[in-house]
Amino acid sequence: MININILKKLHGTVGQMDLNVDIEIEQGSFVALSGESGSGKTTLLRILAGLEDVKSGTIKVDNESWLEKNGQNNFSLSAQKREIGFVFQEYALFTNMTILNNLLYVRKDLNLALKLLEMVDLKELKDRYPSSLSGGQKQRVSLARALMRKPKILLLDEPLSALDPAMRTKLQQEILSLHKEFKTTTIMVSHDPSEIYRLSNRVIVLQNGKVVNDGNVKDVLLRTTGSLKFSFEGELLDIYKLDVLNVGVVSIANQLVEVVLDSIEAKELKIGDIVNIGTKAFSPILSKS
Amino acid sequence: MEFDFEPFLISFKLASFTTLILFVVSLPLAWYLSQTDSKFKPFIEAVTALPIVLPPTVLGFYILYSLSFNSPIGAFFEDTFGIKLVFNFTGLVIASCFYSLPFMVQPLQSGFESLQKSMLEASYICGKGKLETLFKVALPNIKPAVITAIVVTFAHTVGEFGVVLMVGGSIPGETKVASVAIYEFVEILDYKSAHIYSAIMVAISFLVLLLVYLFNYKQKRKGFGKL
Repeated sequence: MININILKKLHGTVGQMDLNVDIEIEQGSFVALSGESGSGKTTLLRILAGLEDVKSGTIKVDNESWLEKNGQNNFSLSAQKREIGFVFQEYALFTNMTILNNLLYVRKDLNLALKLLEMVDLKELKDRYPSSLSGGQKQRVSLARALMRKPKILLLDEPLSALDPAMRTKLQQEILSLHKEFKTTTIMVSHDPSEIYRLSNRVIVLQNGKVVNDGNVKDVLLRTTGSLKFSFEGELLDIYKLDVLNVGVVSIANQLVEVVLDSIEAKELKIGDIVNIGTKAFSPILSKS
Repeated sequence: MEFDFEPFLISFKLASFTTLILFVVSLPLAWYLSQTDSKFKPFIEAVTALPIVLPPTVLGFYILYSLSFNSPIGAFFEDTFGIKLVFNFTGLVIASCFYSLPFMVQPLQSGFESLQKSMLEASYICGKGKLETLFKVALPNIKPAVITAIVVTFAHTVGEFGVVLMVGGSIPGETKVASVAIYEFVEILDYKSAHIYSAIMVAISFLVLLLVYLFNYKQKRKGFGKL
Protein backbone atom coordinates (compact mmCIF):
# COMPACT_ATOMS: atom_id res chain seq x y z
CA MET A 1 0.00 0.00 0.00
CA ILE A 2 1.19 3.46 -0.84
CA ASN A 3 -0.06 6.41 1.18
CA ILE A 4 0.43 9.87 -0.21
CA ASN A 5 -0.58 13.03 1.57
CA ILE A 6 1.19 16.15 0.46
CA LEU A 7 0.90 19.91 0.34
CA LYS A 8 2.99 22.14 -1.88
CA LYS A 9 2.62 25.68 -3.14
CA LEU A 10 2.83 25.88 -6.91
CA HIS A 11 3.33 28.86 -9.13
CA GLY A 12 1.20 27.68 -11.99
CA THR A 13 0.01 29.35 -15.15
CA VAL A 14 -3.06 30.61 -13.32
CA GLY A 15 -1.07 32.12 -10.46
CA GLN A 16 -0.49 30.56 -7.06
CA MET A 17 -2.19 27.34 -6.17
CA ASP A 18 -1.86 24.60 -3.61
CA LEU A 19 -1.12 21.09 -4.70
CA ASN A 20 -2.99 19.18 -2.04
CA VAL A 21 -3.34 15.46 -2.60
CA ASP A 22 -4.33 12.69 -0.21
CA ILE A 23 -4.58 9.28 -1.86
CA GLU A 24 -3.93 5.62 -1.23
CA ILE A 25 -2.71 3.33 -3.95
CA GLU A 26 -2.91 -0.38 -3.79
CA GLN A 27 0.09 -2.61 -4.36
CA GLY A 28 0.42 -3.76 -7.96
CA SER A 29 -2.23 -1.48 -9.39
CA PHE A 30 -1.98 0.64 -12.51
CA VAL A 31 -3.14 4.17 -11.84
CA ALA A 32 -3.63 6.83 -14.48
CA LEU A 33 -3.18 10.44 -13.50
CA SER A 34 -5.15 12.79 -15.68
CA GLY A 35 -6.14 16.44 -15.80
CA GLU A 36 -5.46 19.68 -17.62
CA SER A 37 -1.89 20.82 -18.08
CA GLY A 38 -0.76 22.83 -15.09
CA SER A 39 -2.96 20.87 -12.71
CA GLY A 40 0.02 19.42 -10.86
CA LYS A 41 0.28 15.91 -12.32
CA THR A 42 3.96 16.02 -13.21
CA THR A 43 4.80 17.77 -9.95
CA LEU A 44 3.07 14.99 -8.02
CA LEU A 45 5.19 12.38 -9.82
CA ARG A 46 8.36 14.37 -9.16
CA ILE A 47 7.51 14.67 -5.47
CA LEU A 48 7.00 10.90 -5.32
CA ALA A 49 10.38 10.40 -6.99
CA GLY A 50 12.07 12.75 -4.54
CA LEU A 51 13.00 15.23 -7.26
CA GLU A 52 10.95 17.99 -5.73
CA ASP A 53 10.47 19.21 -2.21
CA VAL A 54 7.20 19.81 -0.41
CA LYS A 55 6.05 22.13 2.34
CA SER A 56 4.50 19.38 4.38
CA GLY A 57 3.30 15.86 3.90
CA THR A 58 3.90 12.16 4.26
CA ILE A 59 4.67 9.42 1.78
CA LYS A 60 4.64 5.84 2.96
CA VAL A 61 5.43 2.87 0.77
CA ASP A 62 4.82 -0.55 2.31
CA ASN A 63 5.08 1.02 5.78
CA GLU A 64 8.47 2.44 4.87
CA SER A 65 8.55 6.19 5.28
CA TRP A 66 9.80 8.15 2.28
CA LEU A 67 8.67 11.54 3.43
CA GLU A 68 7.63 12.86 6.81
CA LYS A 69 7.33 16.61 6.96
CA ASN A 70 5.30 18.35 9.60
CA GLY A 71 5.96 20.68 12.50
CA GLN A 72 8.33 18.26 14.26
CA ASN A 73 9.79 15.98 11.62
CA ASN A 74 11.66 17.07 8.56
CA PHE A 75 12.58 13.81 6.91
CA SER A 76 12.82 13.14 3.22
CA LEU A 77 14.43 10.06 1.71
CA SER A 78 16.72 11.07 -1.15
CA ALA A 79 15.78 10.27 -4.73
CA GLN A 80 18.71 7.84 -4.84
CA LYS A 81 17.35 5.75 -1.99
CA ARG A 82 13.72 5.57 -3.06
CA GLU A 83 13.25 2.50 -5.17
CA ILE A 84 11.63 4.21 -8.10
CA GLY A 85 11.59 3.80 -11.84
CA PHE A 86 10.89 6.95 -13.78
CA VAL A 87 10.19 7.32 -17.48
CA PHE A 88 10.49 10.90 -18.68
CA GLN A 89 8.54 12.33 -21.57
CA GLU A 90 11.81 13.31 -23.22
CA TYR A 91 13.46 9.86 -22.74
CA ALA A 92 16.44 11.18 -20.71
CA LEU A 93 18.77 8.42 -21.87
CA PHE A 94 22.48 8.61 -21.13
CA THR A 95 23.70 9.64 -24.56
CA ASN A 96 27.32 8.67 -23.87
CA MET A 97 26.44 5.01 -23.28
CA THR A 98 25.22 2.20 -25.48
CA ILE A 99 21.69 0.90 -24.99
CA LEU A 100 22.95 -2.05 -22.97
CA ASN A 101 25.17 0.17 -20.83
CA ASN A 102 22.25 2.50 -20.16
CA LEU A 103 20.65 -0.46 -18.42
CA LEU A 104 23.80 -1.80 -16.79
CA TYR A 105 24.54 1.63 -15.34
CA VAL A 106 21.58 1.12 -13.03
CA ARG A 107 22.65 -2.33 -11.92
CA LYS A 108 25.28 -4.76 -13.09
CA ASP A 109 22.80 -7.48 -13.89
CA LEU A 110 23.43 -8.62 -17.44
CA ASN A 111 20.72 -11.31 -17.40
CA LEU A 112 17.99 -8.91 -16.34
CA ALA A 113 19.19 -6.31 -18.84
CA LEU A 114 19.08 -8.76 -21.72
CA LYS A 115 15.71 -10.09 -20.63
CA LEU A 116 14.25 -6.57 -20.51
CA LEU A 117 15.74 -5.67 -23.89
CA GLU A 118 14.27 -8.83 -25.30
CA MET A 119 10.85 -7.94 -23.93
CA VAL A 120 10.89 -4.50 -25.54
CA ASP A 121 12.23 -5.98 -28.74
CA LEU A 122 15.57 -4.17 -28.75
CA LYS A 123 18.10 -6.93 -28.20
CA GLU A 124 19.60 -6.51 -31.66
CA LEU A 125 20.23 -2.82 -31.04
CA LYS A 126 21.91 -3.23 -27.67
CA ASP A 127 25.30 -1.94 -28.83
CA ARG A 128 23.91 1.15 -30.56
CA TYR A 129 23.98 4.63 -29.06
CA PRO A 130 20.72 6.44 -28.24
CA SER A 131 21.25 9.12 -30.91
CA SER A 132 20.76 6.51 -33.65
CA LEU A 133 17.38 5.34 -32.34
CA SER A 134 13.87 6.47 -33.19
CA GLY A 135 11.63 8.09 -30.60
CA GLY A 136 9.70 4.91 -29.95
CA GLN A 137 12.87 2.87 -29.55
CA LYS A 138 14.32 5.42 -27.15
CA GLN A 139 11.24 5.33 -24.99
CA ARG A 140 11.40 1.54 -24.87
CA VAL A 141 15.00 1.74 -23.68
CA SER A 142 13.89 4.24 -21.07
CA LEU A 143 11.15 1.89 -19.94
CA ALA A 144 13.53 -1.05 -19.72
CA ARG A 145 16.05 1.07 -17.81
CA ALA A 146 13.38 2.15 -15.32
CA LEU A 147 12.66 -1.49 -14.51
CA MET A 148 16.33 -2.45 -13.97
CA ARG A 149 16.08 -1.51 -10.31
CA LYS A 150 13.01 -3.68 -9.85
CA PRO A 151 11.35 -0.57 -8.45
CA LYS A 152 8.54 -0.49 -5.92
CA ILE A 153 6.80 2.19 -7.96
CA LEU A 154 7.09 2.88 -11.66
CA LEU A 155 6.32 6.46 -12.62
CA LEU A 156 5.54 7.29 -16.24
CA ASP A 157 5.31 10.97 -17.14
CA GLU A 158 3.37 11.15 -20.41
CA PRO A 159 5.69 8.51 -21.81
CA LEU A 160 4.00 8.17 -25.18
CA SER A 161 2.91 11.70 -25.95
CA ALA A 162 5.77 12.35 -28.37
CA LEU A 163 5.07 9.24 -30.45
CA ASP A 164 2.85 8.58 -33.41
CA PRO A 165 -0.43 6.64 -32.93
CA ALA A 166 0.84 3.29 -34.29
CA MET A 167 3.91 3.39 -32.06
CA ARG A 168 1.73 4.40 -29.11
CA THR A 169 -0.44 1.34 -29.46
CA LYS A 170 2.59 -0.94 -29.71
CA LEU A 171 4.18 0.60 -26.63
CA GLN A 172 0.95 0.46 -24.68
CA GLN A 173 0.97 -3.28 -25.21
CA GLU A 174 4.57 -3.48 -24.08
CA ILE A 175 3.88 -1.43 -20.96
CA LEU A 176 0.97 -3.70 -20.20
CA SER A 177 2.98 -6.90 -20.62
CA LEU A 178 5.83 -5.50 -18.52
CA HIS A 179 3.31 -4.54 -15.85
CA LYS A 180 1.91 -8.05 -15.85
CA GLU A 181 5.37 -9.61 -15.70
CA PHE A 182 6.83 -7.47 -12.90
CA LYS A 183 3.62 -6.48 -11.10
CA THR A 184 5.12 -3.10 -10.36
CA THR A 185 2.77 -0.52 -8.93
CA THR A 186 2.55 1.99 -11.74
CA ILE A 187 1.42 5.59 -11.91
CA MET A 188 1.14 7.07 -15.38
CA VAL A 189 0.34 10.63 -16.41
CA SER A 190 -1.77 10.54 -19.54
CA HIS A 191 -4.29 12.63 -21.46
CA ASP A 192 -5.35 9.93 -23.84
CA PRO A 193 -8.61 8.21 -22.78
CA SER A 194 -8.04 5.14 -24.97
CA GLU A 195 -4.55 4.75 -23.47
CA ILE A 196 -5.92 5.11 -19.95
CA TYR A 197 -8.70 2.65 -20.68
CA ARG A 198 -6.33 0.10 -22.15
CA LEU A 199 -3.75 0.23 -19.37
CA SER A 200 -5.09 1.33 -16.05
CA ASN A 201 -7.63 0.15 -13.55
CA ARG A 202 -8.03 3.43 -11.73
CA VAL A 203 -8.08 7.07 -12.82
CA ILE A 204 -7.30 10.06 -10.66
CA VAL A 205 -8.21 13.41 -12.18
CA LEU A 206 -6.45 16.51 -10.88
CA GLN A 207 -7.67 20.05 -11.29
CA ASN A 208 -5.86 23.05 -9.85
CA GLY A 209 -3.88 20.81 -7.55
CA LYS A 210 -6.86 18.94 -6.09
CA VAL A 211 -8.29 15.53 -6.83
CA VAL A 212 -11.66 16.14 -8.48
CA ASN A 213 -12.38 12.64 -9.66
CA ASP A 214 -11.05 9.30 -8.53
CA GLY A 215 -12.34 5.91 -9.41
CA ASN A 216 -12.85 3.07 -11.72
CA VAL A 217 -11.79 3.77 -15.31
CA LYS A 218 -15.26 3.15 -16.73
CA ASP A 219 -17.00 5.40 -14.21
CA VAL A 220 -14.67 8.29 -14.78
CA LEU A 221 -14.05 8.06 -18.49
CA LEU A 222 -17.37 7.10 -20.00
CA ARG A 223 -19.00 10.48 -20.15
CA THR A 224 -22.59 9.42 -20.17
CA THR A 225 -24.92 11.57 -18.11
CA GLY A 226 -28.60 11.09 -17.40
CA SER A 227 -30.42 9.11 -19.99
CA LEU A 228 -27.86 9.84 -22.70
CA LYS A 229 -26.29 6.57 -23.61
CA PHE A 230 -24.05 7.69 -26.36
CA SER A 231 -22.26 10.94 -25.76
CA PHE A 232 -19.09 12.70 -26.90
CA GLU A 233 -17.47 15.92 -26.02
CA GLY A 234 -16.30 18.05 -28.90
CA GLU A 235 -15.53 21.54 -30.07
CA LEU A 236 -17.92 23.45 -32.28
CA LEU A 237 -15.86 24.58 -35.25
CA ASP A 238 -18.44 26.10 -37.57
CA ILE A 239 -22.13 26.79 -38.05
CA TYR A 240 -23.50 27.25 -41.54
CA LYS A 241 -26.87 27.40 -43.23
CA LEU A 242 -27.84 24.75 -45.73
CA ASP A 243 -31.13 25.70 -47.37
CA VAL A 244 -33.43 25.88 -44.36
CA LEU A 245 -31.21 23.87 -42.03
CA ASN A 246 -28.49 24.99 -39.65
CA VAL A 247 -25.50 22.66 -39.69
CA GLY A 248 -22.82 22.57 -37.00
CA VAL A 249 -19.35 21.16 -37.58
CA VAL A 250 -17.99 19.51 -34.45
CA SER A 251 -14.54 18.13 -33.85
CA ILE A 252 -14.58 14.99 -31.72
CA ALA A 253 -11.15 13.56 -30.98
CA ASN A 254 -9.51 13.80 -34.37
CA GLN A 255 -12.65 13.51 -36.44
CA LEU A 256 -15.05 16.08 -37.78
CA VAL A 257 -18.78 15.45 -37.85
CA GLU A 258 -21.74 17.46 -39.05
CA VAL A 259 -24.86 17.81 -36.95
CA VAL A 260 -28.15 19.44 -37.74
CA LEU A 261 -29.01 22.23 -35.30
CA ASP A 262 -32.43 23.78 -34.75
CA SER A 263 -32.70 27.54 -34.99
CA ILE A 264 -32.64 28.14 -31.23
CA GLU A 265 -29.51 26.02 -30.81
CA ALA A 266 -27.90 27.79 -33.72
CA LYS A 267 -28.50 31.14 -32.01
CA GLU A 268 -27.34 30.11 -28.57
CA LEU A 269 -24.21 28.29 -29.57
CA LYS A 270 -21.15 30.08 -30.80
CA ILE A 271 -18.11 28.84 -32.61
CA GLY A 272 -15.45 27.54 -30.24
CA ASP A 273 -17.94 26.24 -27.65
CA ILE A 274 -17.26 22.89 -26.07
CA VAL A 275 -20.36 20.79 -26.66
CA ASN A 276 -21.71 17.37 -25.85
CA ILE A 277 -23.16 15.36 -28.66
CA GLY A 278 -25.47 12.59 -27.55
CA THR A 279 -28.39 10.53 -28.54
CA LYS A 280 -30.96 8.55 -26.57
CA ALA A 281 -32.60 6.37 -29.13
CA PHE A 282 -29.66 4.89 -30.85
CA SER A 283 -28.47 1.94 -32.72
CA PRO A 284 -24.87 2.75 -33.52
CA ILE A 285 -23.39 0.63 -36.20
CA LEU A 286 -19.88 -0.63 -35.63
CA SER A 287 -17.95 -1.74 -38.65
CA LYS A 288 -14.29 -2.35 -39.29
CA SER A 289 -12.53 0.64 -40.84
CA MET B 1 72.82 33.15 -33.57
CA GLU B 2 71.95 30.17 -31.45
CA PHE B 3 68.21 29.84 -31.00
CA ASP B 4 67.03 29.81 -27.43
CA PHE B 5 64.00 27.61 -26.87
CA GLU B 6 63.91 28.14 -23.13
CA PRO B 7 61.22 30.87 -23.05
CA PHE B 8 58.92 28.56 -25.02
CA LEU B 9 59.59 25.68 -22.68
CA ILE B 10 58.79 27.88 -19.70
CA SER B 11 55.62 29.10 -21.40
CA PHE B 12 54.43 25.55 -22.00
CA LYS B 13 55.47 24.34 -18.58
CA LEU B 14 53.57 27.22 -17.02
CA ALA B 15 50.52 26.57 -19.19
CA SER B 16 50.54 22.85 -18.38
CA PHE B 17 50.68 23.41 -14.62
CA THR B 18 48.05 26.13 -14.76
CA THR B 19 45.67 24.06 -16.88
CA LEU B 20 46.02 21.02 -14.66
CA ILE B 21 45.45 22.96 -11.43
CA LEU B 22 42.58 24.96 -12.90
CA PHE B 23 40.83 21.88 -14.24
CA VAL B 24 40.84 20.27 -10.81
CA VAL B 25 39.68 23.48 -9.11
CA SER B 26 37.14 24.56 -11.73
CA LEU B 27 35.38 21.24 -12.19
CA PRO B 28 33.56 21.29 -8.82
CA LEU B 29 33.05 25.06 -9.07
CA ALA B 30 31.50 24.90 -12.55
CA TRP B 31 29.35 21.90 -11.56
CA TYR B 32 28.16 23.72 -8.45
CA LEU B 33 27.36 26.89 -10.41
CA SER B 34 25.46 24.94 -13.05
CA GLN B 35 23.30 23.11 -10.50
CA THR B 36 22.65 25.70 -7.82
CA ASP B 37 19.74 28.09 -7.39
CA SER B 38 21.54 29.94 -4.62
CA LYS B 39 21.21 33.69 -4.52
CA PHE B 40 24.99 33.90 -4.20
CA LYS B 41 25.44 32.47 -7.69
CA PRO B 42 25.61 35.86 -9.47
CA PHE B 43 28.23 37.06 -7.00
CA ILE B 44 30.42 34.00 -7.49
CA GLU B 45 29.97 34.28 -11.25
CA ALA B 46 30.92 37.95 -11.23
CA VAL B 47 34.06 37.31 -9.18
CA THR B 48 35.02 34.40 -11.44
CA ALA B 49 34.64 36.55 -14.54
CA LEU B 50 36.62 39.52 -13.16
CA PRO B 51 39.95 38.51 -14.76
CA ILE B 52 38.36 38.87 -18.21
CA VAL B 53 37.63 42.56 -17.77
CA LEU B 54 40.39 43.67 -15.43
CA PRO B 55 43.60 44.99 -16.95
CA PRO B 56 46.31 42.38 -16.30
CA THR B 57 48.29 45.07 -14.51
CA VAL B 58 45.56 45.46 -11.89
CA LEU B 59 45.48 41.73 -11.31
CA GLY B 60 49.29 41.58 -11.31
CA PHE B 61 49.49 44.47 -8.87
CA TYR B 62 47.13 42.89 -6.35
CA ILE B 63 48.76 39.48 -6.62
CA LEU B 64 52.18 41.05 -6.17
CA TYR B 65 50.90 43.07 -3.25
CA SER B 66 49.29 40.14 -1.45
CA LEU B 67 51.95 37.50 -2.12
CA SER B 68 55.15 39.49 -1.57
CA PHE B 69 57.08 38.81 1.61
CA ASN B 70 55.80 42.10 3.06
CA SER B 71 52.26 40.70 3.10
CA PRO B 72 50.91 38.27 5.71
CA ILE B 73 50.39 35.50 3.12
CA GLY B 74 53.81 35.91 1.58
CA ALA B 75 55.45 36.11 5.00
CA PHE B 76 53.62 33.01 6.19
CA PHE B 77 54.76 30.90 3.22
CA GLU B 78 58.33 32.16 3.46
CA ASP B 79 58.56 31.58 7.24
CA THR B 80 56.73 28.25 7.35
CA PHE B 81 57.72 26.50 4.12
CA GLY B 82 60.61 28.65 2.97
CA ILE B 83 58.82 29.31 -0.32
CA LYS B 84 58.86 32.66 -2.04
CA LEU B 85 55.67 33.37 -3.92
CA VAL B 86 56.76 36.17 -6.24
CA PHE B 87 59.48 36.58 -8.87
CA ASN B 88 59.77 32.84 -9.35
CA PHE B 89 57.98 30.06 -11.18
CA THR B 90 55.62 29.23 -8.26
CA GLY B 91 54.36 32.79 -8.17
CA LEU B 92 53.86 32.68 -11.91
CA VAL B 93 51.66 29.59 -11.63
CA ILE B 94 49.55 31.16 -8.88
CA ALA B 95 49.10 34.36 -10.87
CA SER B 96 48.23 32.43 -14.04
CA CYS B 97 45.60 30.44 -12.19
CA PHE B 98 43.80 33.62 -11.22
CA TYR B 99 44.26 35.12 -14.64
CA SER B 100 42.93 32.12 -16.60
CA LEU B 101 40.23 30.97 -14.17
CA PRO B 102 37.23 32.22 -16.20
CA PHE B 103 38.51 30.52 -19.33
CA MET B 104 38.25 27.17 -17.58
CA VAL B 105 35.10 27.75 -15.51
CA GLN B 106 32.86 29.32 -18.12
CA PRO B 107 32.99 26.68 -20.89
CA LEU B 108 32.58 23.90 -18.31
CA GLN B 109 29.66 25.67 -16.66
CA SER B 110 27.83 26.33 -19.91
CA GLY B 111 28.53 22.74 -20.95
CA PHE B 112 26.93 21.45 -17.76
CA GLU B 113 24.03 23.87 -18.13
CA SER B 114 23.34 22.64 -21.67
CA LEU B 115 22.78 19.10 -20.41
CA GLN B 116 19.24 17.86 -20.31
CA LYS B 117 18.16 18.22 -16.69
CA SER B 118 16.18 15.00 -16.80
CA MET B 119 19.29 13.03 -17.84
CA LEU B 120 20.94 13.96 -14.55
CA GLU B 121 17.72 13.28 -12.64
CA ALA B 122 17.48 9.89 -14.31
CA SER B 123 20.92 9.11 -12.94
CA TYR B 124 19.88 10.12 -9.41
CA ILE B 125 16.79 7.95 -9.70
CA CYS B 126 19.03 5.07 -10.77
CA GLY B 127 20.49 5.44 -7.28
CA LYS B 128 23.67 7.23 -8.28
CA GLY B 129 25.10 10.08 -6.22
CA LYS B 130 26.15 13.51 -7.46
CA LEU B 131 29.82 12.53 -7.81
CA GLU B 132 29.16 9.42 -9.86
CA THR B 133 26.66 11.34 -12.00
CA LEU B 134 29.24 14.06 -12.59
CA PHE B 135 31.95 11.67 -13.77
CA LYS B 136 29.94 9.01 -15.56
CA VAL B 137 27.10 11.01 -17.09
CA ALA B 138 27.72 14.76 -17.05
CA LEU B 139 31.42 14.92 -18.03
CA PRO B 140 31.32 12.35 -20.86
CA ASN B 141 28.38 14.22 -22.38
CA ILE B 142 30.14 17.56 -22.52
CA LYS B 143 33.41 16.42 -24.11
CA PRO B 144 33.51 19.37 -26.56
CA ALA B 145 33.14 21.82 -23.67
CA VAL B 146 35.88 20.03 -21.69
CA ILE B 147 38.27 20.12 -24.64
CA THR B 148 37.44 23.77 -25.30
CA ALA B 149 38.01 24.69 -21.66
CA ILE B 150 41.35 22.89 -21.45
CA VAL B 151 42.72 24.14 -24.73
CA VAL B 152 41.56 27.73 -24.37
CA THR B 153 42.96 27.88 -20.84
CA PHE B 154 46.26 26.46 -22.06
CA ALA B 155 46.45 28.83 -25.01
CA HIS B 156 45.39 31.81 -22.94
CA THR B 157 48.11 31.09 -20.38
CA VAL B 158 50.75 30.77 -23.11
CA GLY B 159 49.58 34.12 -24.44
CA GLU B 160 49.57 36.05 -21.19
CA PHE B 161 51.95 38.91 -20.78
CA GLY B 162 51.05 41.65 -18.31
CA VAL B 163 50.52 39.53 -15.23
CA VAL B 164 53.59 37.44 -15.97
CA LEU B 165 55.77 40.48 -16.33
CA MET B 166 54.53 42.01 -13.09
CA VAL B 167 54.57 38.94 -10.87
CA GLY B 168 57.43 37.05 -12.46
CA GLY B 169 59.74 39.74 -13.69
CA SER B 170 61.83 38.43 -16.51
CA ILE B 171 64.34 36.05 -14.99
CA PRO B 172 65.91 33.92 -17.73
CA GLY B 173 65.29 30.23 -17.22
CA GLU B 174 62.82 30.89 -14.40
CA THR B 175 60.10 33.35 -15.34
CA LYS B 176 61.04 34.60 -18.79
CA VAL B 177 58.26 33.24 -20.99
CA ALA B 178 57.95 33.57 -24.76
CA SER B 179 55.67 36.59 -24.77
CA VAL B 180 58.00 38.50 -22.46
CA ALA B 181 60.99 37.46 -24.54
CA ILE B 182 59.38 38.93 -27.66
CA TYR B 183 58.72 42.18 -25.83
CA GLU B 184 62.38 42.38 -24.86
CA PHE B 185 63.59 41.62 -28.40
CA VAL B 186 61.51 44.48 -29.72
CA GLU B 187 62.79 46.75 -26.99
CA ILE B 188 66.39 46.16 -28.05
CA LEU B 189 65.40 46.38 -31.74
CA ASP B 190 66.27 42.72 -32.42
CA TYR B 191 63.48 42.37 -34.96
CA LYS B 192 64.82 39.15 -36.45
CA SER B 193 64.42 37.21 -33.20
CA ALA B 194 61.11 38.89 -32.51
CA HIS B 195 59.92 37.74 -35.93
CA ILE B 196 60.96 34.14 -35.34
CA TYR B 197 59.40 33.97 -31.88
CA SER B 198 56.20 35.66 -33.02
CA ALA B 199 55.84 33.40 -36.05
CA ILE B 200 56.23 30.33 -33.86
CA MET B 201 53.58 31.67 -31.46
CA VAL B 202 51.14 32.32 -34.31
CA ALA B 203 51.71 28.87 -35.80
CA ILE B 204 51.30 27.01 -32.54
CA SER B 205 48.21 28.98 -31.50
CA PHE B 206 46.58 28.44 -34.87
CA LEU B 207 47.29 24.71 -34.84
CA VAL B 208 45.91 24.30 -31.34
CA LEU B 209 42.71 26.16 -32.14
CA LEU B 210 42.30 24.29 -35.41
CA LEU B 211 42.53 20.98 -33.59
CA VAL B 212 39.85 22.05 -31.11
CA TYR B 213 37.46 23.19 -33.79
CA LEU B 214 38.06 20.05 -35.85
CA PHE B 215 37.36 17.91 -32.82
CA ASN B 216 34.16 19.77 -31.96
CA TYR B 217 33.05 19.62 -35.58
CA LYS B 218 33.43 15.85 -35.60
CA GLN B 219 31.68 15.46 -32.26
CA LYS B 220 28.73 17.49 -33.51
CA ARG B 221 28.48 15.33 -36.61
CA LYS B 222 28.47 12.24 -34.46
CA GLY B 223 25.51 13.75 -32.63
CA PHE B 224 27.21 13.49 -29.28
CA GLY B 225 25.32 14.83 -26.32
CA LYS B 226 22.16 15.14 -28.37
CA LEU B 227 19.07 13.07 -28.25
